[in-house]
Amino acid sequence: MRQAQHETNAETTPINTRRQALKCMLWAGSGVLWTVAGGVPRSSIIGSAQAADIPTTDFMFAQVSDSHIGFHAPANPDVKQTFRHAVRQVAALKGRASMLIHTGDVSHLGKDDELDTAQRILHDAGMDAHVIPGEHDMLLNHGQGFYRRFSPKDAEPLGAYTFDDHGVHFIALNNVSDFRPGGLGRLGAGQMAWLKADLQGRSASQPIVVLAHMPLWSVYPRWGWGTDESAELLAAFKPFGSVTVLNGHIHQVLQKVEGHVAFHTALSTAFPLPAPGDGPGPIPVKLPSAALAQALGTATVHVIGSDTGLAVVNQPLGA
Amino acid sequence: MRSSTVIARCAVSSLILAGILTGERPFAASHAHAQALPAPAAQVRVLIHNYAFHPATLRIAPGTTVTWVNQDDDVHTVMNADHGHLFSSKPLNTGQSFSHTFDAPGIYPYLCSVHPFMTGAIIVKAGA
Repeated sequence: MRQAQHETNAETTPINTRRQALKCMLWAGSGVLWTVAGGVPRSSIIGSAQAADIPTTDFMFAQVSDSHIGFHAPANPDVKQTFRHAVRQVAALKGRASMLIHTGDVSHLGKDDELDTAQRILHDAGMDAHVIPGEHDMLLNHGQGFYRRFSPKDAEPLGAYTFDDHGVHFIALNNVSDFRPGGLGRLGAGQMAWLKADLQGRSASQPIVVLAHMPLWSVYPRWGWGTDESAELLAAFKPFGSVTVLNGHIHQVLQKVEGHVAFHTALSTAFPLPAPGDGPGPIPVKLPSAALAQALGTATVHVIGSDTGLAVVNQPLGA
Repeated sequence: MRSSTVIARCAVSSLILAGILTGERPFAASHAHAQALPAPAAQVRVLIHNYAFHPATLRIAPGTTVTWVNQDDDVHTVMNADHGHLFSSKPLNTGQSFSHTFDAPGIYPYLCSVHPFMTGAIIVKAGA
């Protein structure tokens, strides 16, 4: 999964052309539109021509991720504004999309005022929002501020919970609370047992959508982009005909299919990160703010398949 | 006569030892001259840069204070990886720092709890 195919992976160098900037900014600022037809979710970038062409289906929802409210570095001096922009795009889908999912790192430091701000902005979408924790949301008081605002009262001890919508079973996980040195995301034994109990006896034909912040498959372990229990998870999901995993954390779109399980990572609404392994670490990519304003919501996305058929990369092609 | 020679020799060897210790530390106070006894408590910095601790492994003498300084645009933490969590910083934003004084000899592995692939170790040993 070293994404050499990812055309935008050289954006740690200065941007010379508007076209390059637009390509790069597709990594940030937009949400993802999900439509479910025949139990199979499909994605498109909100605001893209592809999204506009999607026919009405039974079920449509939006995903945003990694808003990092409280981040103040040059990669994005105004994360509130970009998050508001993404949520406004989602709000415009009201009537078509029935809910909004945020796949974590709502806040940058997990502070009360950051979480409050994020909650207010999410409210403006005008639809139900499901928010799962990222590791930044867990930084203070073991994430109590996050749980109090966003997790159901009857959730599993780490905030994991399930809900059903239009016949789809959603499983919201927390793989950011039990890190080990040098390790990846981690669900922990308790949450794994809780998950297996939830799957036990469930009809194999029911579509399942799994939400987790860090990728549930191994994207780039050297930067911690994966989850310790991914093999165990794949085994647990094996009997099911349609499993879609939605992740955030890596601030770029990557997709992978393994058996009946499709993995997707989402864009950040705050700032892009480099492609896996590009540079010494996942350092926020700095862009001119003008490029950000110009690029938001103007993009189209083409999906291309790789030679192996295992990995699909949403490759931004400019405005 | 004999006993005073022994005392003098001891004093000289501790001075040499103090000089070697401070000389080995990249950011330690470097003025270890004769009248500085007892030596001031040693201070060492570990830089957090590009999602790594520099140096990742640090050998220090007991009583040394280690200060971690975050030079990244992202937030990091410094958390002892042992179950006791002997030391654990608050989230460190850009430019913020955290200090801990290591009195007891031992090996102290630690990590950034935001980015657990970032790991380091402090080795506290007399004469280090």
